[in-house]
Amino acid sequence: MGVVRRRSGGFVLKVNPILCDGYGHCHELAPELVNVDEWGYPIIKTAITPLSDLATLESARYAVRGCPRQALRVERLSDDPGPTRR
Amino acid sequence: MIDAAQMPRLLHGTPGKPFTLEQHEATYHSTFRTGSLLDELTNSGLTGRGGAAFPTAVKARLIREQRGHRKYVVVNAMEGEPASHKDQTLLSTNPHLVLDGAEILASIVGAQRVAIAVARDNPIVVNHVKRALHERERRSKRGPELELHTPPWRYVAGEESALVHWLDDNESLPQYRPRRPHVLRIGHDPVLLDNAETCANVGLIGRYGAQWFRGLGDDATPGTQLVSLTGAVARPTVVEVVLGTPLRQILAAAGADTSPRALLLGGYGGAWLSGDYLDTPYDNTALKPLGASVGAGVIVVLPRQGCGVVETHRVVRWMANESARQCGPCAFGLPALAEDLAHLAHATRDADAALRRLIERAGVIEGRGACHHPDGVVRFVRSAIEVFRDDLAQHVAGNACAGAKSPTHYATVPTLEREEELIWE
Repeated sequence: MGVVRRRSGGFVLKVNPILCDGYGHCHELAPELVNVDEWGYPIIKTAITPLSDLATLESARYAVRGCPRQALRVERLSDDPGPTRR
Repeated sequence: MIDAAQMPRLLHGTPGKPFTLEQHEATYHSTFRTGSLLDELTNSGLTGRGGAAFPTAVKARLIREQRGHRKYVVVNAMEGEPASHKDQTLLSTNPHLVLDGAEILASIVGAQRVAIAVARDNPIVVNHVKRALHERERRSKRGPELELHTPPWRYVAGEESALVHWLDDNESLPQYRPRRPHVLRIGHDPVLLDNAETCANVGLIGRYGAQWFRGLGDDATPGTQLVSLTGAVARPTVVEVVLGTPLRQILAAAGADTSPRALLLGGYGGAWLSGDYLDTPYDNTALKPLGASVGAGVIVVLPRQGCGVVETHRVVRWMANESARQCGPCAFGLPALAEDLAHLAHATRDADAALRRLIERAGVIEGRGACHHPDGVVRFVRSAIEVFRDDLAQHVAGNACAGAKSPTHYATVPTLEREEELIWE
């Protein structure tokens, strides 16, 4: 903490369609990224969101944590692979 | 030895009377090339014959580079397309050619085990393969262990991840693969999966080399393709054609209607092509701009008296029923498409709204399944909207064509099974 690093690259939210049961929590938690179709399954924005868009990144993380089926994942696509957790 | 320009290459002999090992070796030679077979495969430019036309050498190299000392080669002869008969014809004409190819692929990637997957619903072909395996066993050559597997016949059971999952866990369900390229695995062991016809071509390349293989077809799409013709043909046939042969010539060779309304190319996840394009060469380079592809070599001939809307509806209804129902967009979306098409096929009062819904739903469903089953149906529906534009306008106006009322249909569709009757394991 305390170190502010300018982050390049972006992210996309990805769903595992086999796990997904259409609870719709992701649409509530990240409406800017997730739409629902007529059957209640998520339609996720495919365009890459820049990592600098912290508000959207935060709601994406809420969606990931809020998914009852744990079907969501934030996939980082950065041109400069920064330090990863693993 | 078979001459480079000689046809047929793969379908020597009589279907239903498979070559014995001796006959096979007398026809094709029993000596294989020495040196790097992977280089030979790369230079041959062979692409997968199961539908996706992915370069076989690229796939083999990917698996060869995987770590692990236990690897598998899987020969996919599931043939989920109801209109396709090429793999069963090949296996009941020349099973040893396919097995040769599988052994060559095993030596390229370093696999000790080869699994041949044939749908159990086709006992005649299963027996032909069994006999061929038995003949090889008696010969007791060195080489990988060959085994036969018989998953249930389902449309998606031949999808690569579903087939590997069946071998691994006895369930023919496609798997989610977020990253491409994806290495299929049985347990932890990498798997190289290729279509039976691809393996047969590898069997030829291993004998005669890449130069020989390129002797037929053009540079971008070398080789031959087994084509299954159904619909308005004298009788359903499988013919071997050189890639790049004009469609008209293929139809004539199979005794099909030579001025059809449209052709269904690739398979039930393929595309309609209007009968105006019969001079198009049959290869992916020429078909791609028209939105079609060679796919798994399926051609369904729709004659002038047939109705494309009705055929599309029947196929989509069956495809919707064959969904593995794992992913919401496929499980709910495909039946919805089928329902919209039913309104159009029967020219009901709701047909106008149904056409609008159909176009909108096709856009919503695309790309949202774990496998490409829904994408194939969407592609098929879109091509129908394009090719049968005038017929659809007539149906929307409430004047279903004469073909729509006739009981004769051209695209073969198995009887619909109820959901609880579908066997997946």
